[in-house]
Amino acid sequence: MSTAVDAPGSNFRLGMLIYDTRYRSLTIQVVFLALLIAFFVWLVDNTIHNLSLKGKDFDFGFLFVRAGYDINQTLVEYTNDSTHGRALVVGLLNTLFLAFLCCVLATIIGLIAGVLRLSKNWIVSRLMAIYIETVRNVPVVLWIVLVNAIMSISMPEPKEFRGENPSASMILFDSVAVTNRGVYLPEPLFEHGMGSLQLGYFSVSLNLLAILAVIIGSVWGYRRIQASATKVQHVTGVRPVTWWKSVLIITVPIVALKFALGFHLGYPELKGFNFNGGLQARNSLIAMWIALSVYSATYIAENVRAGVMAISRGQTEAALALGLRSGLALRLVVLPQALRLIVPPLISQYLSITKNTSLAIAVGYMDLRSTLGGITMNQTGREMESMLLLMGIYLTISLIISALMNVYNKSIALKER
Amino acid sequence: MKKSVLFGTMAAAAVVAGAAGAGTLEDVIARGELNCGSNAGLAGFSAPDANGVYQGFDVAFCRAIAAAVLGDPMKVKVIPLSSETRFTALAAGEVDMLARTSTWTYSRDNDLKLDFVGVNYYDGQGFMVKKSLGVSSAKELDGATVCIQTGTTTELNLADYFKSNGMTYEPVPLKDNAEAEQQYTAGACDVYTTDASGLAATRATFADASEHVLLPEIISKEPLALVVRHGDNQWADIVKWTFNALLTAEELGITSTNVDEMAAAPGVNPEINRLLGTEGELGAMMGLSKDWAVKAIKAGGNYGEIFEANIGASTSIGLARGLNALWTQGGLQYSPPFR
Repeated sequence: MSTAVDAPGSNFRLGMLIYDTRYRSLTIQVVFLALLIAFFVWLVDNTIHNLSLKGKDFDFGFLFVRAGYDINQTLVEYTNDSTHGRALVVGLLNTLFLAFLCCVLATIIGLIAGVLRLSKNWIVSRLMAIYIETVRNVPVVLWIVLVNAIMSISMPEPKEFRGENPSASMILFDSVAVTNRGVYLPEPLFEHGMGSLQLGYFSVSLNLLAILAVIIGSVWGYRRIQASATKVQHVTGVRPVTWWKSVLIITVPIVALKFALGFHLGYPELKGFNFNGGLQARNSLIAMWIALSVYSATYIAENVRAGVMAISRGQTEAALALGLRSGLALRLVVLPQALRLIVPPLISQYLSITKNTSLAIAVGYMDLRSTLGGITMNQTGREMESMLLLMGIYLTISLIISALMNVYNKSIALKER
Repeated sequence: MKKSVLFGTMAAAAVVAGAAGAGTLEDVIARGELNCGSNAGLAGFSAPDANGVYQGFDVAFCRAIAAAVLGDPMKVKVIPLSSETRFTALAAGEVDMLARTSTWTYSRDNDLKLDFVGVNYYDGQGFMVKKSLGVSSAKELDGATVCIQTGTTTELNLADYFKSNGMTYEPVPLKDNAEAEQQYTAGACDVYTTDASGLAATRATFADASEHVLLPEIISKEPLALVVRHGDNQWADIVKWTFNALLTAEELGITSTNVDEMAAAPGVNPEINRLLGTEGELGAMMGLSKDWAVKAIKAGGNYGEIFEANIGASTSIGLARGLNALWTQGGLQYSPPFR
């Protein structure tokens, strides 16, 4: 043994790097790594060389130049006098808004479809199987275009709401108008609002902040009440009646705030070419939201099904044997265990939903890809800069989502004590 | 697997790097085909016919240039490009030239490193609305929903026009003409705006064309030009002068039918002789054959013939010559002399 250990030091020859099995794999890895690095160096060098050959430089200065184009859906203030950088932010917020809506709806649909597919009812489980298999085996961009086409062709035009005997009418007590340009909803308005707070580039509505603060406060109060009730229960064995306190702490502050701010709804009204007032959920948003959610939900449904099926039958049987009803058995025994299996693939579904929002260009939803990677790139001709920025932003979003979901995953993971 | 993908990428990158280096003329001759970027489907300008072969006003210029360079007008590969991808495709060498209703602007010329070599159609941005809307002027469009092709100059003109007239609008950005047409006919927007020629071409494809009107306001100058990459002057000259040859041919009365006859022997007009190569060596100066202009004119006729055959008054597009008449007839089309 000792001679074998001494060997490399005393009589190491260069040929051993290839012929000696102890070093061969290391040699191959080092050579491959060197080639890979050389390739990327060449790639970057070639790009820089070719750019300079075309007389193009690498400069992000265009972000501070007037954009000159309009964006229809803006979550923060934006006009065509704003800069390309601000258009980027508008697009980014639109992307995040859409991704959030899609993740929520996809999770709800996916959960329901996944559980229903496990149903003992033959028709229900078959129907869910058909939904999942047909929807997920067609490219999502086709679903997006289809929903958009249905919205724009089959819904009434705004002018059909006009006149003595309109051929279309608003629904839900004349508060919602479904048109082929989108859905117009009532908007929350405040008679004596508190204005807004200027935070550098952006203004934040103080009304919104007040509402959020009150809701968080109410929830915190509610949990305090519950916690103290549990404490009393632990000590005395009797849980005090708390429901009226809970109701009060949840409702009173928000109602009080509502009156304080003079809250009322602004209804959409037909004026000129279009409905004015109210919130407009444009066709492009609705098409993206519905199509992407319904599509991604099929994958989530399969994750849910896999998670539930992975829990051994014995767990359910044991729970039932202890006298738990089947609903309780599912909620208290099966789901907590299944969640550990469902959440990791769910993370990757959320990531792919976020990335798939970049298909928005197909229906003209003004997301990051359409503003920065579309109009801005086209008007300024800064392809390299725009694309690198775009990739960097999507990468950052994905890493953040991934990190957040991993924290959640840790919190529900099996605690080994 | 990983390795083969990697090597594939390397090989592809090497090919692209090689292609960008050489002159465009040599590339086209070596390839035996001209890669011409155009519209995917804009009736009259560039659209596939019943046999799937691209035809139209813009495509005719591609064919003329292919004829001048390669001797065969059919040696053209028309590559359909969206308004968003066209300049990138040209800059990357995917196409040798663009004949794709592209507006010549300062920043495109300088910042995008392109060369606009010949204005084949003088256009302006217009508005199309349904007659039933009862609108007779663009000034009445306050609050309207406007369909627009994203990534075009029209997007910026529109913003400027509504701003300067103190009006508001709701943009519906769409990625190409087909998408815009679908949304406009479905009534998802009140107005469709793009180059007036494009509006006329689009309207011609409607079953109820008479139900739609073009508003009188033309809100911008849109010189639609043939485009090549910055830096290859020889190729830019070939495209520029082939276009000029077609204009000069119309001015001198040379058509696709009489060009053979006129090129057979030197005639009395020295400019015709120089253009058709029966006198002097104009073709060789650009690295082309003596009869390059003859081949170009034979491909689809002179400028006037191309206009009339594809978008003229006798076609369903029905555009008048207007600004695009020769300078001798009150228009703007003017070729420098062949001397």
